[in-house]
Amino acid sequence: MSAKSAIAAAIVLNFLLLVLSVGCARQSPFSGAAAKANGSAIVGISGDKQIAPAGAVLDQPLVVQVNDSKGAPVAGAPVQFRDTLGTRFQPSSGLTGADGQFTTTAILGAEAGRYRIVAATQDAAAKTVEIPIDELAISARANLGRQLSDFYCVRCHDQESSAERVSNYDNLVEKPHAFSDGAFLNRISDADLTAIVTHGGPAVGKPAEMPPYGVTLHKSDIEALVAWIRASADPPYQQKEIVYAQH
Amino acid sequence: MRTFLTKLRQTLFGDSARAFGTLGVILLLSLAVVPLRDQLREWSHYQKQYLKLIAGRADAVALRRRFESGIHQIYIPKLGVVDRCTTCHTGMQEASLRDVRAQPLNAHPSIPHSLNEFGCVMCHGGQGAATTVEEAHRGTKAWDRPMLAARYVESSCGQCHLNRSTGTSKLNAGRSLLASYGCVRCHVVALPDGVKVAATDDPPELTHIADKTTREWIFGWLKNPQSYSATATMPNYQFKDDELRDISAFLISQSTPLPGGPAAPAAPGTPDAAALQAGASVYGESFCASCHAVQNAAGLMVGGTLGPELTRIGTKARPAWLAQWVGNPKLYDPGTAMPHYRFDAKQVALVTGFLESKADPDWINGIHLDPATDRQIARGKKLVSANGCTSCHQINGVPKTENFAPELTSVGSLPLVKALFKPDMEHSLPVYIEAKIRDPRSLGPGLKMPQFSLSTPQVEALTTALLAQTERARTLPPAMRVAGVYPTLYEPSGEAGRLMRDLNCFACHAIDGRGGDMAPDLSWEGTSVQRDWLFKFMKNPNTLRPALIRRMPKFNLDDHDAGVIADYLMTVYQTPAFDRDEPLAGSDPADAENGKQLFYSKYECQSCHIVDAKQDKGYVGPTLTAVGSRLNAAWIFHWLKAPASLRAKTLEPNWSMSDTDARELTAFLVAQKGQSAKAGSKP
Repeated sequence: MSAKSAIAAAIVLNFLLLVLSVGCARQSPFSGAAAKANGSAIVGISGDKQIAPAGAVLDQPLVVQVNDSKGAPVAGAPVQFRDTLGTRFQPSSGLTGADGQFTTTAILGAEAGRYRIVAATQDAAAKTVEIPIDELAISARANLGRQLSDFYCVRCHDQESSAERVSNYDNLVEKPHAFSDGAFLNRISDADLTAIVTHGGPAVGKPAEMPPYGVTLHKSDIEALVAWIRASADPPYQQKEIVYAQH
Repeated sequence: MRTFLTKLRQTLFGDSARAFGTLGVILLLSLAVVPLRDQLREWSHYQKQYLKLIAGRADAVALRRRFESGIHQIYIPKLGVVDRCTTCHTGMQEASLRDVRAQPLNAHPSIPHSLNEFGCVMCHGGQGAATTVEEAHRGTKAWDRPMLAARYVESSCGQCHLNRSTGTSKLNAGRSLLASYGCVRCHVVALPDGVKVAATDDPPELTHIADKTTREWIFGWLKNPQSYSATATMPNYQFKDDELRDISAFLISQSTPLPGGPAAPAAPGTPDAAALQAGASVYGESFCASCHAVQNAAGLMVGGTLGPELTRIGTKARPAWLAQWVGNPKLYDPGTAMPHYRFDAKQVALVTGFLESKADPDWINGIHLDPATDRQIARGKKLVSANGCTSCHQINGVPKTENFAPELTSVGSLPLVKALFKPDMEHSLPVYIEAKIRDPRSLGPGLKMPQFSLSTPQVEALTTALLAQTERARTLPPAMRVAGVYPTLYEPSGEAGRLMRDLNCFACHAIDGRGGDMAPDLSWEGTSVQRDWLFKFMKNPNTLRPALIRRMPKFNLDDHDAGVIADYLMTVYQTPAFDRDEPLAGSDPADAENGKQLFYSKYECQSCHIVDAKQDKGYVGPTLTAVGSRLNAAWIFHWLKAPASLRAKTLEPNWSMSDTDARELTAFLVAQKGQSAKAGSKP
């Protein structure tokens, strides 16, 4: 065998290996269980837009459904959940049940922030079809703010009423802003937010319908409330430019 | 080749001078290994990364000045902390690096504790003295305490914080579950201060169970408690059908009839539609739903959680027993949290008929049991005592078990060699505890712990509470502890005390550090309200807070009983801080008018309260239309000055109000006697 043919054989072999490995990488997410059927679309059923402390399990499980081209649920289709920020799923992959749905419990990663979880399935042509599921992980401080807000603030700031808690929103002349109202609240500085909470509406030329909490709450509690307002803002609050250090 | 080697030896070691020089170079090179190795250490790599990171920042000079190269160490002898984590986690304490999102260089999120006071391992676990990533974070054979996953980090708070901090919601929930799911009835769990967690559930005594229900119901209930009531905390013991047959046989056979008999009130017949409607009205008016939930057609639970769910109560309770219970629950269970409503015979029949209609025949119809034999009863008794049923329930002929299950006081320090793992399980303590709670019998044959019905967040909360039970927590300096708040043993005395126990005021109201939090704390109620109002309210509680769904029930008290309670509250529950009859200093006739201005303009109280029912709409706080007939002036004044000092859990913020404003507002409020009072009708 000449040297030339040996090199050619090596190149061909490497190429084959490369193709094989790429093929495997494409296959691997769904290799857990043999798919019995394939749908053409994946839709979220429930579990979207939850809020939990960083590293905690989400209260509601994530439920997705695989449908065929006519929108009917497909049983036995492969589903896989993934996330780049360290969310763990129990289980992370499997086949849809008789109702075409697949349910998993998600434990968010340890960093506070917005998580975009992806649920994927494969259609008959082995093409991956995905749906994003957004969740929010909040820091311990924002979580403290959330607890305080649930007690002191939401009665007026949350328009939604429940049987347990009737909203006072409709009874107010100047309507309060929901803490998620990023479009409005993101324009207010931390100092101004702190002043409004501490000294009440009149501190910034707003009505006294917003009472002062500076004596009722500690300074650190008010900081926590501001942290919660920032964390829950939608659109998200841009703190400062985030620096990603290199490893 | 050989000539080359010979030449080389000649060149290097040809004479003594050459040999000396060569050896010197080799020695130098070998000595250089040490600093070189240091240069290649992980931490040195991260410190270089850190220097690179801060170089481009606005406060680079200040950051550089505070940075020291080499191993960093936090040493706190009294806590046994030797933490070198900050060697790599260099930016931990640099607040200006909060925007950096890269481990290990970023700043620690702001927390109420200082790193220099507590170190890192106290909260996060891991091996503080280690200086490699692997050793510090993960477990080794000699170190089975790897870092604590973030989702359990509140367990570390629990080592010192024995109270319910607002920031540790998961830990609080876990500790509540330990008490409310009966965990502590089998397992002793003592908090680091030595106080044992006390159970808050109320498992019924079974000594008269045959009065209450049937053997078939016991069979179905034990087979799957949650199939009868989705909210039941009773765990599933996964008994086989023949075991259920024998246990139900024994429980019925050990039951003795209640002296005085359950059949005292006659069992009502099947109610007609009108009677059902009337029964539902009494159920509603009596605010049964404040404590009891019923699953509605849409599958939603409607009602409170203080008492058992009543969705299928008609399938369980014998009508005669139920009638007796509704009439006076204290006859059957003197310790029950259910108040003794003074229902008349007609109301008892209506409520009983309504509740009996809440039946699910399908649930019980499939259960057919042949008459019990002596052998079955004997085996049932054996099973009852082997499974520790008497840890929770009182049963005739079976002594109460003490410490039926292992003590969990130090479970957070359990050595992993003592834990039993399944082959595919990760060897870590949190995983072990979670598995034990989630699916206890999967961990080995012959384990007795039953299957609880818990959601994933509940399992996580329980695990967090148990991980806090460390040896270290008990050896920490006691001064570090934030003391737990435990209920007092307060008991009201005399005839009023007897009535208050009969009505179970403490199930909803707290007084002097004992009682529930569903309704306002009554410790200073005597200073707060006027006797006339209180007397009328006890007779017929009207609505103070329209937005609340949990309300004070109407107990149908007679004048004598209502008067006894009102007098006791007025006399005994007074704050020492001020006198309820104290006159307001410097009152002025114009005060009330000024107060009105303050109410509507300066403080905009109408956002949350209603004074003029025609125009005010706020309903966060109580309605104030007749507050002048309800509250005392001195109370209103001091309340306005500092609400939380009079009732700690109030929503009303402290307005930092001047004395003048408070006095004028009080004058305005005292004048609100209510239109209904003028019209002579009931408020």
